[in-house]
Amino acid sequence: MKIGVLAVQGAFIEHEQMLRRIGVEPVEVRLPEHLEGIEGLIIPGGESTTIGRVSGKWGLLEPIRDLARSGRPVWGTCAGMILMAKEVVDGVPGQPLLGLMDVTVRRNAFGRQVDSFETDLEVPALGDLPFRAVFIRAPLIERVGEEVEVLARLEDGTVVAVRQGNLLATSFHPELTEDVRFHRYFLGLSGR
Amino acid sequence: MEREVGTDRVKRGLAQMLKGGVIMDVTNAEQARIAEEAGAVAVMALERVPADIRAQGGVARMADPEKILEIMEAVSIPVMAKCRIGHFVEAQILEALGVDFIDESEVLTPADEEHHIDKRKFKVPFVCGCRNLGEALRRIGEGAAMIRTKGEAGTGNVVEAVRHARAVLGEIRRLTTMAPEELMAYAKEIGAPYELVVETARLGRLPVVNFAAGGIATPADAALMMQLGMDGVFVGSGIFKSGDPVKRARAIVQAVTHYDNPEILAEVSRNLGEPMVGINISTLPEEERLAVRGW
Repeated sequence: MKIGVLAVQGAFIEHEQMLRRIGVEPVEVRLPEHLEGIEGLIIPGGESTTIGRVSGKWGLLEPIRDLARSGRPVWGTCAGMILMAKEVVDGVPGQPLLGLMDVTVRRNAFGRQVDSFETDLEVPALGDLPFRAVFIRAPLIERVGEEVEVLARLEDGTVVAVRQGNLLATSFHPELTEDVRFHRYFLGLSGR
Repeated sequence: MEREVGTDRVKRGLAQMLKGGVIMDVTNAEQARIAEEAGAVAVMALERVPADIRAQGGVARMADPEKILEIMEAVSIPVMAKCRIGHFVEAQILEALGVDFIDESEVLTPADEEHHIDKRKFKVPFVCGCRNLGEALRRIGEGAAMIRTKGEAGTGNVVEAVRHARAVLGEIRRLTTMAPEELMAYAKEIGAPYELVVETARLGRLPVVNFAAGGIATPADAALMMQLGMDGVFVGSGIFKSGDPVKRARAIVQAVTHYDNPEILAEVSRNLGEPMVGINISTLPEEERLAVRGW
């Protein structure tokens, strides 16, 4: 199985390492032709304005939307989650988005870097063991559409992980931990 | 479900999110917006770019907090700011302002000629310059969450950044071929903490993100540093001291993503206007070299 990792900017190598650990060979995607034959795509954390602009310049946004519409799984972490959203609060005007998931995301929602944190998160879809979630200048989900399933909330109720069919988005960075459960869960979304 | 802030993972993690990106020096809100619009992953808030610090001389200090706040207000991407080597009070002030990253920088006049800041005391992450592996690992030992080459800032000449990148990456390659019992002697030789030498040998890379800085002026310079194996680039004077900052900023961003694609590099390098005027390092008097500051 070939899974693409958008390698325009950000922590793409960390996702590639996680995929290799569960026996999947990642493909770095920088241009539309790199999407050929790919059965899923991860959009990593990084700077959403940079990832959006560079992807837009080389015509990657529409082919990624096609990939998602074909039912193949697409997962955005942090900056990737911002790109996945239909609506972004506190974005940069004209910031290019994929607009795939029916959610409203607030950028830099927890404040600046000194407010970045890690915590144990209950994620029932992954089993009983809590998931170590790393939030770095993270966005949060302010509104979820009817077809969107909430996978995890912080203790104050803030939504930080969602799924809509074959699409997945997390505010935090499973690729910065040793825990491969989210990556396995993502692979399981194909063909559902 | 307690929230832990300022952990190594959270500090180093922000640097990981900056990889494959360009961090641009800016001196006001307008430049900061241009940088953000061009696709910078972060900006470095300064009163003067290194080329001007070099030209004007005198003691270079942390920027006026008012200036830094103006830039933080203007953009939504991370904002970095510089403090002097060893000046932990400037660092405390920058942390209190809420900057996202502190650069303990040789571009400013050092405040302590023996000691760098104990960076573990801070919640905010630090980036530090280095010329070789020993220096890089000493800074990481003090708590730096990110490393960059020193290069020679404000010259528009990439030669020193290349020298420092090759030194660090070459020493890491040597380290990976050593027998375990050779690592202690090597740690002693380069003056680096043993545990970090062992970790670097095991990883085959620095335990933190490693950017290029100091003298990068063109998309080709940026791609050169990426092909050598750096994780991203800082561009200081190279953008806003050039003829067409908007175009050059965009081009360097594209060049860092497509660093190994010569066709795209050729396309983005066209028609960028005048680059910043460069300085030959060999004509630079020893006392005007910034890279020799820090130890």
